[in-house]
Amino acid sequence: MNHESVTSMFGTGAQGAAGKRETDHSPGAVVHSWITTVDHKRLGIMYILYAFLFLMIGGIEAMLIRLQLAVPDNHLVGPETFNRLFTMHGTTMIFLVAMPFVFGFGNYLIPLMIGARDLAFPRLNAFGFWLTVFGGFLLYYSVIGGEGMTGAGSAPDVGWFAYSPLTARAFSKGHSTDYWILGILVGGFGSIATAVNLLTSIVCLRCPGMTLMKMPLLAWLYLVVSGMVLLAISPLTAAQIMLLLDRYLGSHFFDVQAGGSAVLWMHFFWIFGHPEVYILVLPAFAFASEIIPVFSRKAIFGYPAMVAATVAIGFVSVSVWAHHMFAVGLSSTSNIFFAVSTMLVAVPTGIKIFNWIGTMWGGRIRYATPMLFSLGFLIQFLLAGLTGIMLSAAPFDWQLTDSYFVVAHFHYVIVGGIIFMIFAAIYYWFPKATGRMLSERLGRWHFALFLIGFHLTFDTMHVPGILGMPRRIYTYGADRGWGTLNFICTIGAVFQAAGILVFFFNLIRSLRCGRVAGNDPWDAWTLEWSTSSPPPEYNFSRVPRVNSRRPLWDLKHPDDPDSNYE
Amino acid sequence: MPVAAPLSESGNERHPAMDRGRVGMACLIIAESAIFTIFVVAYIFYLGRSLSGPQPRDVLEAPILNSICLLSSSATISLAIRSLRKDRRKAFAGWLAATIALGIEFLAGTGREWSYLIREKGLTISTNLFGTTFYSLVGLHASHVVVGLILLMIVFVFAACGIIQREHADRIDVIALYWHFVDFIWVVVFTVVYLVGR
Amino acid sequence: MVLPIHNMQCETDHFSPQCARQLRPWPKERVIRFAGALSFAVGAAAQVAKAEVDTNSTSIFSPASAPAHLIVNLAHFVLLVTGGIFVVVLSLIIYAAIRFRHRPGEDESLEPAQVYGSDSIELAWTIVPLVIATILALTTARVIQQIQNPLRPAAAVDVQVVGHQFWWEVRYPKYGIVTANEIHVPVSDQASREPTFIDLRSADVVHSFWVPRLAGKLDLVPGHPNSLWIEPEKPGLYLGQCAEYCGTAHSLMLLRVYADTPAEFARWVANQKAEPVDDPSVAAGRRVFESYACINCHGIAGTSGDGHFGPDLTHLMSRDTLGAGAAANTADNLKAWIKDPGHLKPGVLMPAMNLSDDEIDALATYLATLK
Repeated sequence: MNHESVTSMFGTGAQGAAGKRETDHSPGAVVHSWITTVDHKRLGIMYILYAFLFLMIGGIEAMLIRLQLAVPDNHLVGPETFNRLFTMHGTTMIFLVAMPFVFGFGNYLIPLMIGARDLAFPRLNAFGFWLTVFGGFLLYYSVIGGEGMTGAGSAPDVGWFAYSPLTARAFSKGHSTDYWILGILVGGFGSIATAVNLLTSIVCLRCPGMTLMKMPLLAWLYLVVSGMVLLAISPLTAAQIMLLLDRYLGSHFFDVQAGGSAVLWMHFFWIFGHPEVYILVLPAFAFASEIIPVFSRKAIFGYPAMVAATVAIGFVSVSVWAHHMFAVGLSSTSNIFFAVSTMLVAVPTGIKIFNWIGTMWGGRIRYATPMLFSLGFLIQFLLAGLTGIMLSAAPFDWQLTDSYFVVAHFHYVIVGGIIFMIFAAIYYWFPKATGRMLSERLGRWHFALFLIGFHLTFDTMHVPGILGMPRRIYTYGADRGWGTLNFICTIGAVFQAAGILVFFFNLIRSLRCGRVAGNDPWDAWTLEWSTSSPPPEYNFSRVPRVNSRRPLWDLKHPDDPDSNYE
Repeated sequence: MPVAAPLSESGNERHPAMDRGRVGMACLIIAESAIFTIFVVAYIFYLGRSLSGPQPRDVLEAPILNSICLLSSSATISLAIRSLRKDRRKAFAGWLAATIALGIEFLAGTGREWSYLIREKGLTISTNLFGTTFYSLVGLHASHVVVGLILLMIVFVFAACGIIQREHADRIDVIALYWHFVDFIWVVVFTVVYLVGR
Repeated sequence: MVLPIHNMQCETDHFSPQCARQLRPWPKERVIRFAGALSFAVGAAAQVAKAEVDTNSTSIFSPASAPAHLIVNLAHFVLLVTGGIFVVVLSLIIYAAIRFRHRPGEDESLEPAQVYGSDSIELAWTIVPLVIATILALTTARVIQQIQNPLRPAAAVDVQVVGHQFWWEVRYPKYGIVTANEIHVPVSDQASREPTFIDLRSADVVHSFWVPRLAGKLDLVPGHPNSLWIEPEKPGLYLGQCAEYCGTAHSLMLLRVYADTPAEFARWVANQKAEPVDDPSVAAGRRVFESYACINCHGIAGTSGDGHFGPDLTHLMSRDTLGAGAAANTADNLKAWIKDPGHLKPGVLMPAMNLSDDEIDALATYLATLK
């Protein structure tokens, strides 16, 4: 790939000349410009590339897990390695894939959608990104730097939620747990920095005419996401500091011998952990709320209700955390409270599904690849939400939690919901970021393979849970009746991997020779589609002024603008 | 690498109270409050549950003087900024120096208290649950005071070099907001540790 | 499923009229997906149904004890409600996806009517889920109370289970019995109820006690004692295992609960209470046990061995498995275990004792007398 094409693809060629009279396209200069950038678009792309890298690594970890579990009494990997695999798989996917995707898209899209030049604090933006990068590499450095529980292998092996007292010095010797703590701690500071940036930008930098109730739903969802990051990451940071103090300074936060409480860690972790999954899913809702209307050719149905539901989710989701702890032995009063609050938060979440159906209703739906993934998301998220309701009924949860049923549930949300919408978002906004369309044909192959693989694996996976298979076990006996089901799950993983490979091939090929996109290939309505593809570095040559939620609809339909109706 | 143009020129800035520095600092304060809340929750949860070792009422004396110093520093920094807005730069530097001095006195007082607790009362972070929660909570607050002092000292150096002008008052006000937050946290910590906890 | 694309330009251009005809949208995909889902559901149901007759089964849908029945009843109700929601909403999605798709030949420039919302519809679809959530919440609350706050009949049996890495210490305080990994309880009938209350504690990290056919799971948390009750109605063996990741050998921390008839239970208790007979023919093996580090971890009544770190071996031969289910309790396995426990159970905390083969034989012969 020659340097000329790289710079022009990401829009640095012309703009670089405009800004700094830079004509140096040598590899060193290009790399330097990317490393020192404070431009939200480049940082957004780098976040997403970072997420792709760890998606592959986390995917390989998942593949090894599935291969080990494919048949009973398997010896592909031993328990020491397996325990490291599931710990790293979970930690990687949540902190090094999903969160970077969230921040990457937020970074790229928010300024463009609110008519701003960049985020409020561009240098803080870069700082947050590099902290995230450093945290991830610190975590993976453990593979060579730390020593595990039995001295064999070195990555952390305490599970992604690292329950006490398993993480105490006595039970986790060596430094593997410390790498888990520090890697995520550092990344957490990066997340807080970016959340501060996004929230400030949405509050302060909206273009004239764009009141809060006139900004795209994506901006609302990211506003709530940012607020939740501020409130939710901090408890994890605090708990990790406490764990570090326990491990290094002999404090007793989680030291049962000294009167400390193992349950306290669980509370602190899940006070982070539950809002965290909403932090991950709300951006998926944001993408759906932008993509489904455009491909249905209708405005989003019930914008004010969507805003209200989002804010409600933000508030209620911080009060449901102990539904992860139903089997810990809290009082019946606690269990009842958390069961009720969990069922309550399902209401605003479920309502959004109806709003998206209402958007499609009476529309003229075109099934380009983003819409295919969105449709998959709708159905899959519905199912995931319903298995969530099953889990919220605490006595039912006493059977289902810590089994493969709950593993199936949360993968349904994260893969079937979030990853599907991330794919949709990439197919939708790739043309804007690069100026080229992704191949529709390869997109459909990607969709088909991934869809088949997803369902083979995660539909099936509910059943071993119902049949009593606990999670985090590296093998099981042949007489348990779980063998065939696990084998099917593993086959599905192969299909998913194939789908992802097609996707990466599509990305690379389309960068080189995809069809030129133009400003607005999808005939969409929000401000980012008014710029060139890719946008110039300064985004807008004149500060836009908007009168409604769909400024480009108003421009394209001057006889019937949105501002007449809402 | 071209730097982003000052955003106030882009027409995106709204109401002055919604200036991005203040909103950004408010966000940081929200996040920090959440961290402190968790440490306060741990403190309260573990009250009275130490299995052995010194108990709060045996060893703690309310640091009244210290607290007066720290809380007055909120007043002095407000006075400093007010002076700067009136373009009285010497008064600004003076009040800023007073703020820094009061902050340093607070840290010194905390250091004296800890020295006493460790040497004479045998209370360390690993002694018992009280030691664990006390040192971590007070220490977390003290570390935030240190960061605040570093920020203020950098501003003081700029002031001493004559760099600070009246139009910088808004930005320094953002640092003041952080400092007020640190003082507010001290009120909470003081109440929980020295009033409720004993 | 590849669509026949004849015009290469159309592989990326889906919005131009001549291409719209060639790139068919995918309503068929919906049908295929639905058929797939249906066959899965049927297959899954078949698996679950089959498990009900399988004696090794640990299906949560073959309850054999009162709390498990309470859970299954709630589960049926929840499945009914969520199943109903699924059918209704999925139908709406599929209908909308098919009925309102763009058809080739339609005027490209005409946008459909823009409907921004509907207060009445939105109110309805807020109220109905709230009502459903309320009903579910009330039902759930009642079952939580029934299971967590049960009435305790006088005849209830008490068992104390202490979780260790990676085995279960089992005590019957009223009988003075200590054993490991295998629990015997009497069956209970409606007339004269005899449930078993299990007190759960931990000696190290968090574990979880899960025997699906008998009850929901409950954690063993150090410093936080918990109480679980079971009430098996039919004699038999019920399998379970640790369900909270507790370290390297978590996967091999299995549980066996035997529901005995009253006679069987009495016999078992009597056997467990009996002191082992001092058999002079195995004195050599007993000497090996008492003179090596074995006694630091293991206890055998009547010997100098009083260790508590590992399982009590007084009635080792009354158990079906070694190492909490890592291997069947046979003579060969016992020797292999003593020689190198990590081979049968990777991650186990018992080290290889470095005994000679003769010592191992003698020891195994001695242990074989501990019935």
